Amino acid sequence: MANETLKAGFEAYTAGVVAKFDKNPERGNLEPNRLYTPLDLEGFDYERDLGLPGQYPFTRGVQPTMYRGRFWTMRMYAGFSTAEESNKRYRYLLANGGSGLSCAFDLPTQIGYDSTDAMAEGEVGKVGVAIDSLADMEILFDQIDLSKVSTSMTINAPASVLLCMYIAVAEKQGVAADQLRGTIQNDILKEYAARGTYIFPPKPSMRLITNIFEYCSKNVPKWNTISISGYHIREAGSTASQEIAFTIADGIAYVEAAVKAGMDVDDFAGRLSFFWNAHNNVLEEVAKFRASRRVWAKVMKERFGAKKAKSQMLRVHTQTAGSMLTAQQPNNNIVRVALQTAAAVMGGTQSLHTNSKDEALALPTEESVTIALRTQQIVACESGLADTVDPLGGSYYVEALTNKIEAEAWDYIKKIDELGGAPEAIAKGYIQKEIQDSAYKWQMDIEKGNKIIVGVNKYQTKEEPPKNLLRVDGSVGEMQAKKIAALKAKRDNAKVAETLAALKVACGDDSVNLMPLILEAVRAYATEGEICGVMREVFGEYKSHVAL
Amino acid sequence: MDKRIRVLVAKPGLDGHDRGAKVVARALRDAGFEVIYTGIRLTPEQIAESALQEDVNVVALSLLSGAHNTLFPKVVELLKAKGMTDVLTVGGGVIPDSDIPGLKAAGIAEVFTPGTPTTAIVDYINANVK
Repeated sequence: MANETLKAGFEAYTAGVVAKFDKNPERGNLEPNRLYTPLDLEGFDYERDLGLPGQYPFTRGVQPTMYRGRFWTMRMYAGFSTAEESNKRYRYLLANGGSGLSCAFDLPTQIGYDSTDAMAEGEVGKVGVAIDSLADMEILFDQIDLSKVSTSMTINAPASVLLCMYIAVAEKQGVAADQLRGTIQNDILKEYAARGTYIFPPKPSMRLITNIFEYCSKNVPKWNTISISGYHIREAGSTASQEIAFTIADGIAYVEAAVKAGMDVDDFAGRLSFFWNAHNNVLEEVAKFRASRRVWAKVMKERFGAKKAKSQMLRVHTQTAGSMLTAQQPNNNIVRVALQTAAAVMGGTQSLHTNSKDEALALPTEESVTIALRTQQIVACESGLADTVDPLGGSYYVEALTNKIEAEAWDYIKKIDELGGAPEAIAKGYIQKEIQDSAYKWQMDIEKGNKIIVGVNKYQTKEEPPKNLLRVDGSVGEMQAKKIAALKAKRDNAKVAETLAALKVACGDDSVNLMPLILEAVRAYATEGEICGVMREVFGEYKSHVAL
Repeated sequence: MDKRIRVLVAKPGLDGHDRGAKVVARALRDAGFEVIYTGIRLTPEQIAESALQEDVNVVALSLLSGAHNTLFPKVVELLKAKGMTDVLTVGGGVIPDSDIPGLKAAGIAEVFTPGTPTTAIVDYINANVK
């Protein structure tokens, strides 16, 4: 038998290698096997495990031809300071070949505070653009045709409010809601577990998410209603397997909530999307993308009985790993990002943000953002990686790694099911603890020299502090305060009070979909802080539990 | 009586990036310090009050959102106002070099930037705690 011959040959090879260790020792701390052969893929069944691209279980990709038709969407996450400044950056990115927008909001916006709130002190316009009302949103998308561009918005707890603002801006441009394309992150569970921009407790938060699913399935059908995010779980320190396992467990919770609210799985599942991290270990990352598609396809088909292929597909946006950027020798980050881009592309992502070299130090300058965008264009046009579908499919190593990551993910999903699902597992602190343990192990591996980060714990050089970092104008807070004062003097305050009162009543009645009421308040130019304030009054606020 | 050094690890402002704060907190604990971690999204007032209640020797602030120039000095002021003048206050996070002199002038004894080994923080605290 061929396998027997191979087994014998492999044993002889191993004995030969080991015998020469005195002369040719191997590096320590290597996780993968020395060599992968068909022996590592026992029971491998092409039809069952891979299939064809665009077909169940979508291991090889969600579209039949992947990048041979068109490249992934090159979507650069951007936003800082005021709406005016960010609008300029968006138009620059679109003019330079960016193919979609991705909005970064400042922390007060992400947590439902107006720029004038005491809690917003020092944070206005810092990590993203400050948006207080529809008036800011109109400026943010000035001269950008919302019928042509697709827009991703990194917004979670107040996702409903920002989506309503987007819909209202489109109305003013004469673009109907059913023409809008884009994504809201809207993934509250990972905020509790890893990212921290929660507002309300889990129950009303899940209601808001389900309200959005339902509203969009009828009114904004091309909108991706959620981006179930592993990115931040990975940034918080998880492993690759944990990233997809915890995220898919969150996905299961969202689908369960919507089904429980009476929706048919095939009515909304096609608009669910995911968000992965592209980390440093290229082949492990490729395997992670492949494994995640297979796990989600099985979850949707077998657990939820989804019938449409679209409902079973894991479509994913990717961002290169911010936590892998080093403050030391920042030019090296260009190379890291290029490798991470290669991983995301060989993994079959649908869209990609590439980080800039200076982001371990500050928000990126226009020059460094351009290099990051050009990196994607070089991988797309020059590297050949985009020329055939799933180029690593069939690699003994990558297939074995895909199987391994899938198995580890199922183990975690089983464990989370036993704990009562992702919301319960988060409430018990299980997911947070797993992530923290991995983060600590990573740091200790670096400090012990088991893991090498070039320029950080090896190959260090004496450096001058970097110049030309982007600085956000410190007066953004004051500018926003003036804008809010002017807005409040100009708008119909009776109308605002009326829409907010109606929203407050509706918040108390679980059977009402809040989206139309939020949209009314937004149209009346109620501020984000006023709208979220009403919801805070009824829903209360989430308090996290900390355990080290 | 327990003479171990007591450290409050705290995150002022709205930033939720607490990987660094948690890793540092755990490393300090493993180094033998008594560590209290506040969790995320605290006001400077809440942090100063915790420092007082917990009677700590060290306050370690972490911030990655860029609000450090506003919030770090505010914590120092409030600690002083509460009479905690001998508390060693240090900071860490995504902090450009050019901001460090200003922070030091405002009473942040040392600033640890990305890539710092946890052992450097442990050594610094041992050498400088009052």
